[in-house]
Amino acid sequence: MFKFKTILAALVGAMALVAPATAAEPGGPLVPKQSWTFAGPFGTYDENQLQRGFQVYREVCASCHGMRLIAFRNLSEPGGPRFSEAQVRALAAEYQIVDPAAEGGVRPGVPADRFPTPFANEQEARDANGGAYPPDFSVIAKARGIYEPFPNWAFNYFTGYSEGGPDYIHALLMGYREPPEGIELQPGQYYNDYFPGHLISMAPPLQDGLVTYEGEGVPETLDQYATDLSAFLMWTAEPHLVARKEAGFRVITFLILFAGLLYFVKNKLWANVKHRNPSPDDVERDARA
Amino acid sequence: MSSHESNYSPTGPVERWVDERLPLVRFAKEHLMDFPTPKNLNYWWTFGAILAIMLVVQIVTGIVLAMHYTPHIDLAFDSVEHIRRDVNGGRIIQATHAVGASMFFVALYIHIFRGLYFGSYKAPREILWMLGVIIFILVMAIAFMGYVLPWGQMSFWGATVITNIFSAVPVAGEPLLQLLRGGFAVDNPTLNRFFSLHYLLPFVVAAVVVLHIWALHVPGNNNPIGVDVKSSRDTVPFHPYYTMKDLFAIVVFFIPFAWFVFFAPDILGHPDNYIQANAQITPAHIVPEWYLLPFYTILRAIDFNVLFIDSRLGGVIAMAGSLVILFFLPWLDRSRVRSGTFRPMFKIFYWLFVVNFLVLTYLGAQPAEGIYVLLAKISTAYYFAYFLIILPLLSRIETPRPLPASISESVLGKAH
Repeated sequence: MFKFKTILAALVGAMALVAPATAAEPGGPLVPKQSWTFAGPFGTYDENQLQRGFQVYREVCASCHGMRLIAFRNLSEPGGPRFSEAQVRALAAEYQIVDPAAEGGVRPGVPADRFPTPFANEQEARDANGGAYPPDFSVIAKARGIYEPFPNWAFNYFTGYSEGGPDYIHALLMGYREPPEGIELQPGQYYNDYFPGHLISMAPPLQDGLVTYEGEGVPETLDQYATDLSAFLMWTAEPHLVARKEAGFRVITFLILFAGLLYFVKNKLWANVKHRNPSPDDVERDARA
Repeated sequence: MSSHESNYSPTGPVERWVDERLPLVRFAKEHLMDFPTPKNLNYWWTFGAILAIMLVVQIVTGIVLAMHYTPHIDLAFDSVEHIRRDVNGGRIIQATHAVGASMFFVALYIHIFRGLYFGSYKAPREILWMLGVIIFILVMAIAFMGYVLPWGQMSFWGATVITNIFSAVPVAGEPLLQLLRGGFAVDNPTLNRFFSLHYLLPFVVAAVVVLHIWALHVPGNNNPIGVDVKSSRDTVPFHPYYTMKDLFAIVVFFIPFAWFVFFAPDILGHPDNYIQANAQITPAHIVPEWYLLPFYTILRAIDFNVLFIDSRLGGVIAMAGSLVILFFLPWLDRSRVRSGTFRPMFKIFYWLFVVNFLVLTYLGAQPAEGIYVLLAKISTAYYFAYFLIILPLLSRIETPRPLPASISESVLGKAH
């Protein structure tokens, strides 16, 4: 079995090298990692958190940021925020969908529609935002990552760390501050610790008490909003994450058990075949003997 | 060894009738079941079977993906998301294909380095080795083109940088570049031809794999002590001995594979590829996929002119040379001993070569500045020196340890 262990070690070693690909550029403070309910092999989304995150998105972000790949129906699907179908139908009806076939060119939305984008095209979006282009939110949580110095990133392959996106978004939303001395901000620019290059054209979008959550017990703070929104964006990027991880647990359990059985079958089969290789020292000793 | 007796005897008139006209069953029995295989192969030898399975996995998942994918610059990005979101099982199939490419290369590199250590490229297996190098180069091209298909930022800029390499070729460079791109810049025609070739070339690989296995079955397997098979006592039939051992190895290999597919499908890729391609915005760092990094480092390491060869062309020559040199390896290493186990000096330089190759990989992902530039030059120099200086020299000056007389004698010895 020694050889076999060497191979496993080699595999692991090769995997560890795959690493620095995900690194964003260093500079500025490192993004602090948050603890997410959807992290790790057994992670699942917190429905209430996704619902709150959607509320933040809808009340704050949606005026500039689209979500063109997400349909209203997704909001009621398993593994997501689990709004009821009636809620989704009512929500969709609040939106006007451009539809050349409808009378007047627009009609109220239905659950099968995707979220309409806030701007007709990139140029219009830039004109409305002082030249900056608010990115679409459909997959943004997977389009962002965090930089980690060696050797920290090497461990990610074994922990399955895939939450760089939400960690970055959370940090970005919390990362606004006064610019350090010597940095001149142009009009419409803001200083952010975590934005690449630090000069960001988005005004601080969230602040304590901005969004009123239903019910009691959830603090209405910037940190809470940023956390809920980041979780929601992870869901928009990866709506089937929970089902995927559940399937993964079954698949890996099967593979390990199956590999165990095969190992015993193979050993039984090979029991009477001598096949171990000698070291050069053994060969020399045998030759002398 | 060249004549393998098969103990196939057709049972019944139908089998006999078929056997006299197309001895397919006889052939299969001879080559897939009864084939005499050295009994001392270790687990490093299972990666051939793992690669065969990985090729099948990639082709099957790829065919399904092609059913749902749209090769158009305006639609490609969203069609991949459509596969992940709306196609039944699509997220698993897509993740398997994307992670599968990385796992394919993990197995491929282990397979190649096994060959390098145990001298599997030496006579009479030169053609077997060269066919393997052809497969390696083809697979790199396929993987590169496949990475372009989702039409993210890294897809686009990777395609731009890599196709640009060809413009360094004297005289034919510019026309070649335009032929590759189907225009003056990477655009819709590029995506279409890459999709077409990405679908075609795996079947070419499958055909070369058939030749690879054919070339394997003429001399038979090399083995960890590198001593030729002398009698039937040295071998066991491929089935059930190696079918079971390979199957076990395949299932074990699938465990880390599944880990990435189900728990971290994006960890081997780059977040920038979830941003749709944009010709106006260049990413901060354009990084190829990890499995191309060693050769990318060699490409970048040549940043100086040599006589009339400018640095750009020099880099291309070095990168192409680093692959072409593999074809000549059987004639560069003249040592008569195959297995590295019995070559004390070779062993040192071999492991240094392995470490050096990992360093080349690491450097490919780093910016070309500061200490990295110097390290890249040193590592590139060692890569070539290993093949051009060290191996030819070692075969002259090294005294190998005594070899076992035969496989069965070595395994019957007091080694254990």
